[in-house]
Amino acid sequence: MTHPGRNVFMALVVLFLVAPLIVVAGVSLNAERQLLFPPQGLSLAWYVELFLQPDWLNAVKNSLIIAIFSAALAVSIAFPLAYFLWRHRVWYAKALFALGLAPFMLPPVITALGFLVFWVSTGFYGQMIATLISHAIFFVTLPLVTISLGFESIDRQLIEASQVMGADDRTVFRTVLLPLVRPYLISGYAFAFVLSLNEYIVAYMVAGFTVETLPIKIFNSLRYGYTPVMASVAVMFVLVAIVVFGLIARFGDLPKLLGAWSERET
Amino acid sequence: MSTQPSPHALPLPDADVEARRAPRILRQHAALFYPALMLGMFFVVPFGIMLAVSFFHRVEGAFFEPAFELANYARFVSPFFGKALVFSLWISGLAAVVVTCVAFPFTYFLTRMRRGSQVRYLVFILAVLSLSEVIIGFSWSTLLSRTAGVSNLLYFVGLLPQPVAWTPSFGALLLGLCYLGFSYAVLVLYPALSRLDPELPEASRMLGASPLRTFFTIVVPVLRNSIVSALIMVFVFNLGAFLLPQVLGRPEHWTLSVLITDQAVFQSNIPFAAAMAIFLMLVCLALVALTLMFGQQRRAAP
Repeated sequence: MTHPGRNVFMALVVLFLVAPLIVVAGVSLNAERQLLFPPQGLSLAWYVELFLQPDWLNAVKNSLIIAIFSAALAVSIAFPLAYFLWRHRVWYAKALFALGLAPFMLPPVITALGFLVFWVSTGFYGQMIATLISHAIFFVTLPLVTISLGFESIDRQLIEASQVMGADDRTVFRTVLLPLVRPYLISGYAFAFVLSLNEYIVAYMVAGFTVETLPIKIFNSLRYGYTPVMASVAVMFVLVAIVVFGLIARFGDLPKLLGAWSERET
Repeated sequence: MSTQPSPHALPLPDADVEARRAPRILRQHAALFYPALMLGMFFVVPFGIMLAVSFFHRVEGAFFEPAFELANYARFVSPFFGKALVFSLWISGLAAVVVTCVAFPFTYFLTRMRRGSQVRYLVFILAVLSLSEVIIGFSWSTLLSRTAGVSNLLYFVGLLPQPVAWTPSFGALLLGLCYLGFSYAVLVLYPALSRLDPELPEASRMLGASPLRTFFTIVVPVLRNSIVSALIMVFVFNLGAFLLPQVLGRPEHWTLSVLITDQAVFQSNIPFAAAMAIFLMLVCLALVALTLMFGQQRRAAP
């Protein structure tokens, strides 16, 4: 069954989604220091500049540090909570789980302002640790959802079998649970990492003037003088996202991770 | 989730015995301490402080001082902020409707594809989802600009007499918001659509309905609740956009989120910003509650 109408529709939507990315990629290849499309001359100078100019390099460094550690912190909060909720379905664990989902249910501006007020009150306003912890809380939803899915998908008979064979709780956790949940744990980390890298408003509100991350740097250049470097950063972001999510898809079950039934069950 | 019969329905076979041993269960709670502490300290407390600050008094040059006044709330009962609120709700709602109308058939077709193609699409959708507003705003302002945009291409092939700038404008902002919300809508709709029993549309087709008729008389009504959820979630998501209105819109297109940031960062009036944020949060909570009610009805219906 082929549907020409369906294919045209899908192609149009994909075009809508790709068009801005293509233009940005084109702009990033300009030889001149101008935003022109189609590009005038071809050069990779703006990609080199990203790693040579100290202020851009500093933004890269800040973004990476924040993303790496905030994603780890988010996973460290999400994992015990997901594990506890899987073992004991008690109301307070469920309430805590709902709390962990809240950052995704509210407009980010509100959460960001909450963080701003908190860090101003505690005196950490403008420091990197404030951005880092804020991102961890802000993105805790992602590992929480993926790790919970991982626990839910564990076949209970496996646990029974290992207990029958004489494994105690710790051994079961280490040799059965952890290996089974690991792919979900890694995906949760990857989601939080990529989104933290791209996050703007929380980073801006909490420490925008002192800890410049890449999105903040792009926005500042957008306001105070264009440079094709911002286009090359945007392209890098898209590539990083595609590589990370591609890897998740390669080593995990992406449709299932996003809520579809797995092949086995359908 | 709420179908568990007892509060201690442990998955492990001998767990009931374990659960009755009090010290054991207390020690097991240790796993919960750290997440509870982190979420409480860094999420609940900030919201509490924000609520308190919304009643505080603003101090010029510093941040704020404790007080209890309703002035911050009274201040946005004005034509200026009223207009901003109405405009925010209007453009977010419009974008949510457009996005859902496109994302629903898109996701439906997506879930009918082979698994391999589905995965490729999903990777792409996730990549778009992870783009920050900054990059989306920058990309669209470039795409719609006079020097490096579509109009330039149209001029090149002779369809336009001269290149034109299509940004900033209402249309540009709407496009940007649709772009922002689209991948989100797809991911909200994806679980429900991929769990749709394939026999349902098949039966309809077998009885002679056209694909279009099957889609509108079978698929859409069955998934009505998911559509409403997607609509509301995209609406709330768009309501939070604060960068796109600045990059793609004119000052009269500034939404409440822009004004909140402006007050907090540039006017240093955190109490007023907090009051607006609390108000916006109440609007959103009401909408989320509405979504959950739809979900409850669905569970009660069959």
